[in-house]
Amino acid sequence: MQDLEKAFQARIDAGEVIEPRDWMPEKYRKTNIRQISQHAHSEVVGMLPEGNWITRAPSLRRKVALLAKIQDEAGHGLYLYSAAETLGISRDELYDQLHTGKAKYSSIFNYPSLTWADMGAIGWLVDGAAIVNQVMLTRTSFGPYARAMVRICKEESFHQRQGYEIMLTLCKGTEVQKQMAQDALNRWWWPSLMMFGPPDAESTHTEQSMKWRIKRKSNDELRQYFIDMTIPQAEVLGITVPDPDLKWNEERGHYDFGEIDWDEFWQVVKGHGPCNKQRLDARKNAWNEGEWVRDAAVAYAEKQANKQEQIAVAG
Amino acid sequence: MKKEWPIWEVFIRTKNGLEHRHVGSLHATDSKMAIENARDVYTRRQEGVSIWVVESKYISASNPDNGEELFDPAKDKAYRHPTFYKLPDEVKHM
Repeated sequence: MQDLEKAFQARIDAGEVIEPRDWMPEKYRKTNIRQISQHAHSEVVGMLPEGNWITRAPSLRRKVALLAKIQDEAGHGLYLYSAAETLGISRDELYDQLHTGKAKYSSIFNYPSLTWADMGAIGWLVDGAAIVNQVMLTRTSFGPYARAMVRICKEESFHQRQGYEIMLTLCKGTEVQKQMAQDALNRWWWPSLMMFGPPDAESTHTEQSMKWRIKRKSNDELRQYFIDMTIPQAEVLGITVPDPDLKWNEERGHYDFGEIDWDEFWQVVKGHGPCNKQRLDARKNAWNEGEWVRDAAVAYAEKQANKQEQIAVAG
Repeated sequence: MKKEWPIWEVFIRTKNGLEHRHVGSLHATDSKMAIENARDVYTRRQEGVSIWVVESKYISASNPDNGEELFDPAKDKAYRHPTFYKLPDEVKHM
């Protein structure tokens, strides 16, 4: 056992990719299932705040773009569930973990989308933060996860651009529209920074995940990268992030930023965010109310298969 | 009833002249639904001109633990490659 684990670590250290049928430590399997499924659930629950605005998009152009983005997210959820399933867990088990609260999804989706500007801020900031994380994961050590990430990153760059374009249009509009964009930035900024997870010092999974190359960069590194990238984008828009402590640090070559409210983060993770119940109820309802459709599809397929068999026997 | 839909593996030909390549998997009750779902999930941006689906349970795979006995014997057979044969430089088109 010890030897197998050593050999496994040696493969990881040599930069090899692990495939589903390869031997792996049970904890590597479990960590991947946890992380991939959490990622899949986030894609699926992430459709809900945006779905809220499809029927109220301000133009047909915005509507088709938003629809396409949400459709992509359903697809991304599917790629990720499929990757998790290669590790020997079934789709139904994965859904069950989401519905019972055993599995988490990104806490950002427990915030409400109050105005149209939120569609801009979500695309720009939430997808922007997700992309930073996902680009790193295209080189994660588990093959099916890495391949899903490559596909997702390719598709997702339009998500961020369409969000930023919404912000840009609002910021170039009337004073009221610009205020709406600023308000959305104010509400989404801090939750977006929380998307990278707790600080390295408090992150329970980081060390082992880095050793197994499931993660390649720490939460704090990714967060800093995101902030450095995003501030100049806010400057182009002419709006400001709601952080009085934010300033460029010449010496570090990075932006310094204010204290993140981690109490809020943990409250939302534990289910006390503004929309946790609403989001989970929407998922559970969709699952329960779709049961008869799933069953009918199985019954139909079985009936067709039987018919084929009878024809074959008779022939 | 609670019966999980079977898993299908999806193969896409990106354009005529190229082979079908494995792109991922999905759940469906029959092959028709599998192809329809594959179209929606894997060809949203004109990634393909043809789709193959096969139920995952029908795929037999080699065991990674037998990798050495299966693949190592080819390692010391350099004579299967053209560069193994030394010819003078003036010989062309070979």
